[in-house]
Amino acid sequence: MPQVTLVEAVNLALARAMADDAEVLVLGQDVGTDGGVFRATVGLLERFGPERVIDTPLAEQLITGMTIGMAAEGLKPVAEIQFSGFGYVCIDQILNHAGRMRHRTQGRISCPMVMRTPCGAGIHPPEHHSESPEAMFAHIPGIRVVYPSSPRRAYGLLLAAIQDPDPVVFLEPTRLYRLFKEEVEDDAKPLALDTCFTLREGTDITLVTWGAMVHETLQVASRLEQEGLFAEVIDVATLRPLDMDTILASVAKTGRCVVVTEAPRSGSFAAEIAANLAEHGLLSLFAPVTRVASYDVVVPLSRLEAAYMPGTERILDAVRKCLAFG
Amino acid sequence: MTIVGRFEIEARQYLDVQGRALQTLPESAREPELLVSLYRQMVLARAFDQKMLALQRTGQLGTFASGLGKEAIDIGVTSAMRAEDSLLITYRETVAQLARGVSMLEILLYWGGDERGSNYAVPRTDFPVCITIASHCCHAVGAAYAMKLRRQPRVAVCMIGDGASSKGEFYEALNGAGTWQLPVVFVVTNNQWAISVPRKVQSAAQTLAQKAIAAGIPGIQVDGNDLVAVRQVALEAIERARAGGGATLIEAVSYRLADHTTADDASRYRDADEVAAAWQREPIGRLRNYLLGIEAWSKSDEEALLRRCADQVQEATQAYLDHPAPAPAQMFDQLYASLPAALAPQRRQALAKGTADAAGHAG
Repeated sequence: MPQVTLVEAVNLALARAMADDAEVLVLGQDVGTDGGVFRATVGLLERFGPERVIDTPLAEQLITGMTIGMAAEGLKPVAEIQFSGFGYVCIDQILNHAGRMRHRTQGRISCPMVMRTPCGAGIHPPEHHSESPEAMFAHIPGIRVVYPSSPRRAYGLLLAAIQDPDPVVFLEPTRLYRLFKEEVEDDAKPLALDTCFTLREGTDITLVTWGAMVHETLQVASRLEQEGLFAEVIDVATLRPLDMDTILASVAKTGRCVVVTEAPRSGSFAAEIAANLAEHGLLSLFAPVTRVASYDVVVPLSRLEAAYMPGTERILDAVRKCLAFG
Repeated sequence: MTIVGRFEIEARQYLDVQGRALQTLPESAREPELLVSLYRQMVLARAFDQKMLALQRTGQLGTFASGLGKEAIDIGVTSAMRAEDSLLITYRETVAQLARGVSMLEILLYWGGDERGSNYAVPRTDFPVCITIASHCCHAVGAAYAMKLRRQPRVAVCMIGDGASSKGEFYEALNGAGTWQLPVVFVVTNNQWAISVPRKVQSAAQTLAQKAIAAGIPGIQVDGNDLVAVRQVALEAIERARAGGGATLIEAVSYRLADHTTADDASRYRDADEVAAAWQREPIGRLRNYLLGIEAWSKSDEEALLRRCADQVQEATQAYLDHPAPAPAQMFDQLYASLPAALAPQRRQALAKGTADAAGHAG
């Protein structure tokens, strides 16, 4: 099996989906000749031609809106928005149209589209290239929000997103694009959406996270293990619809939970999980649910990135306080 | 100095405001029976529009946007389409919907607050009403791309108002349509008013049709109160698109004879004189005069038509008033192709009326 990076796994899934289904196409700025600014679509133009690998004008609302029009006509388009900071103008189309098309027409027209976009900080880019917009998308009814954290899950979840009959916002952790490799078999097998992945089993505390922060959270779990403490690590993977059952079952076992997100704390998706735990898991808890998040500030430029993002030390600190409580 | 480009915008009109032919009518308008049938559709649509206003005023319908005065645009454009084409509309295109085969009952249900009204029995591929301004221009580009990709001889027709021509999505869509030479026709109803903002505040451009020029597609202005002209211009644009000739922007100049919606009072921002003058140019009287002039229509035909329209509208109204309200499960059952597990507890709660059952976890 080949060892591939996360961005290579995205490419592998796109190529597989396009080879298996002539209705799948990709579109966006620079996705054709250039193969995407991160090379996620490299090689697709040569294999599938310019009708199905579409270099678009520089116009994010057009990209998202025409993707909805294509999907309404029954195609399975996969749009790339170059950076999620440029994707905020797309929220209108996703919220007012993609998420409502099936409901509005009572099933007459559906919207089997995917909007892919890189997210998160940590690659020292210019302004607007480090955003974590998952909570904004996860607030929208009628869509799925998927956020893979490894090459294997990127491959399987993207295949599932493309096959899904409803619109999916597919967030890709830029920081993990080339951070590590994993064996990925190009077996055309989708992974299940709407379900969390338990990456490590443990009995002492539940660590819940998604996207790039899965990486630091797993490192924290390894550190804890050296001290004889066993953390259960849950990768949420699909933020909406949220599989709260897996998280509640884990917390019922461990009694403690830290939710880790790279997004600003207030109104973050971590707050949604914490509220659900308070509402439905209170009697399991030995300590308050703790959020580890970025600060409620604008994502800084590169020189302050490390101070902004919740690294392993901040996660460890929260974990120790949670374990010491009560 | 070097001139690197020169552009001009044609304006088209066949019938003057009295309904007299200004020039030989095009082939598309030489069959009196066809014009009579289009005239009947316009009269029926106006009768329906007036009934909807009455229903709203008596609390039997929600807020509604009248299409009074744009009947020639909607009927002219839709009569140039084929059944298999796709229409993308805003909230002011009830007349076009009727002409495409959407039933009065479905339209009443929609404006009465029931999503089932957008599940058209016919036409299945027409898009639902788009309320957010100009966003559906981009959908039209995507739909047209799909038609071209699949080598289907179909056209997407996208109708908007003059206010929408100020929006970014309109420009982005025109630009994309030009880039790929897509089978899409944009029709701007320039009715002079975007709620209270007049056309001259909307844009400094001399015409709205010229906005096509920057996108590299043809733009044409047409008298939107002249059914013959609208139909001819739409036929030319739609058939060129079908033949692979790419997109067109049509500006149909008309006037919004009604308030913006039933929640608006246009007398706050425009003169009664202006509205009275616009009534002299309105499309239905103009076509009737032409048909009377060529003796294809008579006073008794008119009386019989009005009676039949009133009956038909009354019948649809009764069916609407008798239609049972949707069940609360409707909020959940078509949101996703299949109900996500996370939504099941919320659905149960919505169905269990009056219980204190806590809502499920996050959806």
